[in-house]
Amino acid sequence: MKVLVPIKRVIDYNVKVRVKPDHSDVDLANTKMAINPFCEIAVEEAVRLKEAGIATEIIAISIGNKSCQEQLRTALALGADRAIQIETDESLDALNIAKLLQKVVDEEQPQLVILGKQSIDSDNNQTGQMLAALTGMPQGTFASVVKIEGEKVNVTREVDGGLQTVALNLPAIVTTDLRLNEPRYASLPNIMKAKRKPLVVRPAADFGIDLTARTKLLKVTPPAERQAGIVVESIDELVEKLKNEAKVIS
Amino acid sequence: MSILVIAEHDNSSLKAETLKTVGAAQKIGGDITLLVTGFNCQNVVDAASKVNGVSKVLVADNAVYEHQLAENVSLLVTELAADYEHILATALTTGKNFMPRVAALLDVAQISDIIDVESSDTFVRPIYAGNAIATVQSLDSKKVITVRTTGFDAVATDGNAEIVNLDTVKDAGISSHVSDELTVSARPDLGAASVVISGGRGMQNGDNFKLLDGIADKLGAAIGASRAAVDAGFVPNDMQVGQTGKIVAPDLYIAVGISGAIQHLAGMKDSKVIVAINKDPEAPIFQVADYGIVADLFDALPELESKL
Ligand SMILES: Cc1cc2nc3c(=O)[nH]c(=O)nc-3n(C[C@H](O)[C@H](O)[C@H](O)COP(=O)(O)OP(=O)(O)OC[C@H]3O[C@@H](n4cnc5c(N)ncnc54)[C@H](O)[C@@H]3O)c2cc1C
Ligand SMILES: Cc1cc2nc3c(=O)[nH]c(=O)nc-3n(C[C@H](O)[C@H](O)[C@H](O)COP(=O)(O)OP(=O)(O)OC[C@H]3O[C@@H](n4cnc5c(N)ncnc54)[C@H](O)[C@@H]3O)c2cc1C
Repeated sequence: MKVLVPIKRVIDYNVKVRVKPDHSDVDLANTKMAINPFCEIAVEEAVRLKEAGIATEIIAISIGNKSCQEQLRTALALGADRAIQIETDESLDALNIAKLLQKVVDEEQPQLVILGKQSIDSDNNQTGQMLAALTGMPQGTFASVVKIEGEKVNVTREVDGGLQTVALNLPAIVTTDLRLNEPRYASLPNIMKAKRKPLVVRPAADFGIDLTARTKLLKVTPPAERQAGIVVESIDELVEKLKNEAKVIS
Repeated sequence: MSILVIAEHDNSSLKAETLKTVGAAQKIGGDITLLVTGFNCQNVVDAASKVNGVSKVLVADNAVYEHQLAENVSLLVTELAADYEHILATALTTGKNFMPRVAALLDVAQISDIIDVESSDTFVRPIYAGNAIATVQSLDSKKVITVRTTGFDAVATDGNAEIVNLDTVKDAGISSHVSDELTVSARPDLGAASVVISGGRGMQNGDNFKLLDGIADKLGAAIGASRAAVDAGFVPNDMQVGQTGKIVAPDLYIAVGISGAIQHLAGMKDSKVIVAINKDPEAPIFQVADYGIVADLFDALPELESKL
């Protein structure tokens, strides 16, 4: 089966972002960027399915400007077979991302699309579910176990109360949670090999979709800063402060 | 304006978070309808009819909705959406699962995880693990929104709304429920507790989490964890607090053996009072803690339990 893995280029998770002084957006100039951690888990899951003899071809796809080719090369080094970049300079809404991905799903006819559950920059947690709706496929979101069983895929999901397992007809959409797997590191030979794997670039405008923004970012401000408090010397002092100063215990 | 709020529940009780989502709906302003989809969920319907500010409770009680499968629930909500300008769900795992599906079926954007309402089309939401706060305007005629409940006050429950049973049954027929493995706990839900005590990698193993039990008993607290503690298998996934776990804002949050990574802070830094117990005086958690104590947790926890 063919597996499609949409990946996003985001700020490295170790970096604390700063807001621009004019409050128009966050400042990403000279910031270290990386593949979204959840997308890395998605690539790893696809590679494991291939190693298990279930997946036959893995296609990584990213929507963004030329710089996201760096993350596509990472996916190729991790084991994806080929890559597609849909070129745009705009920061598109999740709905428009999902519409572009839908076109590629129509063309490629994958049996499984594995996405991250959320990207750690915009924290939307939407794209996979939207793509599922647009393609009419079932969805296994926040996955911690993915098992192909004949014509179905069983997905164990991390939910508020614990775990829920659902059975989905294939083709299906899966979004990854943190405990689905631990991604491998790309080896140097694989990084070299990835440079020769196919990567096609297609302008977003060629897909004939109205990509008008549905939301407008009015401003971005820093969060209220918490002041560091005090260090107490003993448990007695802590209990006394919580009772009499903070008044949060009785 | 009319607003549809989808109730969060487990077929036996209405989740307290729904009261805050209704609070968000009141801030938007308009006639509020509460939708209960589930199976054998009469208790939930009774509770829903008492939620203040709600004029009508729509009930879709059918086996196809028992496990809140996104494929089925989204079809129902999309059909009902014709009558409403705003559709709101709580940003918990159920709402996060089906709402973007509703938005895409309606061909509108979703505004996720709002923490404030500026006007009927402009909302405030955290991005970058809460390190930036975005104000976003929706340009769509219908607004599909998930609500982060730490941003809103709960409404009271002495109302008396009309109950309307729906006979629409939407079964997409492409997914089914296999099993649940739910954590059974007598403690309050993380999202609803006024005190939370969380353990991190410093706890060393799952057994040591028992050291938190006695304190949690005395304070009526929920017990949480860092991702490191969950990944290491000390405790189940549903205890993870943080950017990609649960977001909590209790009156008192006690972080034990947790370093204070930005992803963890994203889930608890709006707590009223934060206490940190950590043996490393340089741990970043002390930068957000109101009261810190530099101590070995294996000494500090038994002493704290005995002095409460
Ligand atoms: C600070 C900030 C503010 C923004 N404000 C706005 C705004 O006001 N209006 C607006 O239109 N947009 C805005 N954007 C952009 C927008 O939020 C997202 O880029 C877009 O909505 C995609 O959603 P997401 O990445 O949050 O998706 P999520 O649903 O969180 O991502 C889940 C998964 O979808 C896949 N995915 C997501 N994006 C891509 C991609 N580009 N290519 C391939 N796969 C992908 C990945 O597998 C990812 O793991 C903003 C972005 C930032 C950083
Ligand atoms: C995509 C992504 C998403 C993430 N989402 C989350 C999330 O939602 N929630 C989350 O928590 N993390 C999340 N993380 C992980 C996060 O980056 C940190 O790795 C994690 O929070 C660390 O957990 P910790 O503080 O328990 O462990 P550590 O950072 O290892 O800290 C352990 C602390 O315990 C202290 N300690 C050790 N022994 C003792 C002792 N005997 N007495 C007292 N103190 C002691 C140490 O001094 C140290 O400060 C995410 C990471 C990524 C990449």
